[in-house]
Amino acid sequence: MANTQSMCTSFMSELMLGQHQFGTSTLVSRTSLTSPTTDTLKAALYLTTATINAATTVYTVTGEVSGTNYTAGGITVTNATAPTSTNTSATAGVAFFTPSASLTFTTVTLSTAFDTVLLYNSTQSNKAISVHTFGSQTVTAGSFSLTMPANTTSAALIRLATT
Amino acid sequence: MLVTTTKGDMDDSLLEKREGSVDNDNEYTTWTEYWLDSELVHRSVHVRLKKPVTLDSSVASF
Repeated sequence: MANTQSMCTSFMSELMLGQHQFGTSTLVSRTSLTSPTTDTLKAALYLTTATINAATTVYTVTGEVSGTNYTAGGITVTNATAPTSTNTSATAGVAFFTPSASLTFTTVTLSTAFDTVLLYNSTQSNKAISVHTFGSQTVTAGSFSLTMPANTTSAALIRLATT
Repeated sequence: MLVTTTKGDMDDSLLEKREGSVDNDNEYTTWTEYWLDSELVHRSVHVRLKKPVTLDSSVASF
């Protein structure tokens, strides 16, 4: 068992179905026609022994970390910057998105090694978005923070690019 | 400076501080540990992710 960094496969088709709303937007298929809303994204941590990867379709408690001051389901992702896109040529472009603040788990004790964070959409039935891995870690009465990369065409956490 | 530990808040002058880091293509990670004698009483970790996940899209020709 191992975790693998990837965009979740189900997320790709869900984008085409309009099932995710990372920024405030009015969609005719939604009920919020007059009051556009933004979905709530969350981040959950997973043990090194879990199997979280492109095949993950929804948030799961299986393999999730547990410990002092960690709540199952993780923390809410600060999502103040809507996705944006830009053309890089006549035939190519990039859409990109990065959470607008670091993910911080404060004063937690996570004694069993973990190496993965799953981003998921808690507003839309906990649909999985992406899996991000890092070196195995534990935390003892301390904080665990994930600093986001720059929200640029080349470095943003989530990128959709034409080829 | 007070440090949150498994034994409550403690002044860092009573503790041994150890730090480390990892820098590779995927992440830049730093950690700070405080030890009381031979016991780990605090460990914080900060990870900066470097590598995005990318969906490559394409359109078919007729």
